[in-house]
Amino acid sequence: MIFLESCKMALASLLSNKLRSLLTMLGIIIGVSSVVTMISVGQGAQKSVTSQIGSLGSNVLYVNSGRVAAMPGASQGARGATQLLTMAEYELIRQAKGDLIQDVVPEAGTQSTVQFGKTTTTTTVTGTTADYARVRNFKATSGRFLKEQEVTNRENVAVLGSTVADDLFAGANPLGQKIRVGREAFTVIGVMEAKKSGPQDLGDQIFIPLTTAQKRLTGSNGIKQIIVTAVSAEKMDSAQGQIEKILTRKLGSAEKFTIRNQQDIIETVQSTTETLTLLLAGITGISLLVGGIGIMNIMLVSVTERTREIGIRKALGAKQKHILFQFLVESTTLSSLGGLIGVLVGIGASSLIASLGQWTTSISPASVLISFGFSSLVGVFFGIYPAKRAASLHPIDALRYE
Amino acid sequence: MITLQGIYKTYQMGAETVYALRDVDLQIGENEFIAIIGPSGSGKTTMMNILGCLDTPTTGCYELAGEEVSQLDDDQLADVRNRHIGFIYQSFNLLPKLTALQNVELPMIYAGAPAVERRQRAEQALINVGLKERMHHLPTEMSGGQRQRVAIARALVNNPVILLADEPTGNLDTKTGEEIMALFHRLHREGKTIVLVTHEPEISRQARRIITFRDGQIVADQMNEVTS
Ligand SMILES: Nc1ncnc2c1ncn2[C@@H]1O[C@H](COP(=O)(O)OP(=O)(O)O)[C@@H](O)[C@H]1O
Ligand SMILES: [Mg+2]
Repeated sequence: MIFLESCKMALASLLSNKLRSLLTMLGIIIGVSSVVTMISVGQGAQKSVTSQIGSLGSNVLYVNSGRVAAMPGASQGARGATQLLTMAEYELIRQAKGDLIQDVVPEAGTQSTVQFGKTTTTTTVTGTTADYARVRNFKATSGRFLKEQEVTNRENVAVLGSTVADDLFAGANPLGQKIRVGREAFTVIGVMEAKKSGPQDLGDQIFIPLTTAQKRLTGSNGIKQIIVTAVSAEKMDSAQGQIEKILTRKLGSAEKFTIRNQQDIIETVQSTTETLTLLLAGITGISLLVGGIGIMNIMLVSVTERTREIGIRKALGAKQKHILFQFLVESTTLSSLGGLIGVLVGIGASSLIASLGQWTTSISPASVLISFGFSSLVGVFFGIYPAKRAASLHPIDALRYE
Repeated sequence: MITLQGIYKTYQMGAETVYALRDVDLQIGENEFIAIIGPSGSGKTTMMNILGCLDTPTTGCYELAGEEVSQLDDDQLADVRNRHIGFIYQSFNLLPKLTALQNVELPMIYAGAPAVERRQRAEQALINVGLKERMHHLPTEMSGGQRQRVAIARALVNNPVILLADEPTGNLDTKTGEEIMALFHRLHREGKTIVLVTHEPEISRQARRIITFRDGQIVADQMNEVTS
């Protein structure tokens, strides 16, 4: 009841000094709003990346040569010496299809120029087999994907990714047209839907039979990557173990290859966003600290200005807790109101960013609650010292203060 | 009702000890009307602050309404002030951002009285001091005499056992001062106990008992025949 009165007094005092109150809250407002906005952008990005990766199937394994990333500073020559996986490893894994492994798809390829008429573009040329489309959950929007027979016969046929199709044909129908890949002519038999794998645009490539790619483009039987699907998400780990066993026996060492799964990739993305979130939390912490110091500063000024008021109240019977509470309510109101305004501004800013396109944003209730909660705590924490100072003033000294 | 015994109040100024009060004994009974006089620096304000429980003596005993108050802590003194003391200052000491009514409500807020009762009692107190029309004005919108009436209403509103006034007419012109004195006389007739500090002889002459301070000591304590 008496605390209700203290709240009223505190609010009245804040309202009688509107500009000062607003300026004091500004630090908190800026800190909270920028964090709410940035986290919403980060969360939005993570969500869309995760859902894109998820749409590629949750039971997919990627087998790569172990040396690829192991030589970051390697020269061209050394890079050329990098051991790729070969048809031999592909065949071994393919023969292991059964209880655990469902599909095995190789990817071989290189960057190459692709030409139609007078239009040229540079893109990734991927040599693969017919199962690729099913494994990647990838559909043709016109025509069809490669057939097993075309791979066996080493035919010069190509399926275009959506981006390449747009670049070369600009809306015209590519089906049946002849394009030039390097020095070879290929017949277009299909165009794939637009699709992304994380930040990577799967539409920015063309697909040709594996055999054709090895013979006509790379000139080797090397394979860049083998994509394996497990029969179910539950069998992922066992399937991965089986492949590890096969390849270790064949290559002699577990360091000569790497196996990643979708979960690993999602975790990588998540841990990146988590690092980012931690960084943002740090920035929030600092800005709230600065805001808190601002509040403390103003509260100390306010206590000094109102020394006489404090003296009068104490002379009339106010106890220490009454004065303490009155000033604490003031500082906490400043900080939580600042936090509230910051949250609203942040929500506004992130929906503005979303409406401008490009970015997806996603407001996380946790970030809103945490930053609001922390800003309120900041008011309590930084308000305690000034409030204690006010409460412990001696009534006579306070009354004599001019 | 009030008994002070062997009261000392000293201040340490560097190496020197200042005796603001020196071995003061004093008894105040119900419905007394006392004027405290004496030269500047003789300890009158110090005496009033101790009587009003705003300050505690360095040594000595102070019994107020049957309670020993010389050793109480900050919060206990606040409580005693709230329940038993009405203090009136030379400079009024009203809160400038509160209306007359809100100023008068303050002591009741700290006493924990409910809002409706507070308002009724504050209105009644302001009516008693003749400020029915000015309740919702701010102190800055009032004359000195009106402000002092608000302060008196505020001092009375918790029904204290004693009313202490430190030079209550010091900031007022003679005519307004007389009006305030008339109000004190009426309160005295209604049964209040009043102690006021003054250095104006016309005012001290109106009291029933005159106590004279010099160098922190009581040098005279006389009854006074009032002829008005
Ligand atoms: N806070 C203080 N610190 C030091 N000396 C003080 C203090 N308060 C009062 N005094 C001294 O105590 C003496 C009495 O002061 P006071 O009671 O204010 O006198 P009066 O009200 O009669 O003019 C004076 O000498 C004054 O200087
Ligand atoms: Mg004085």
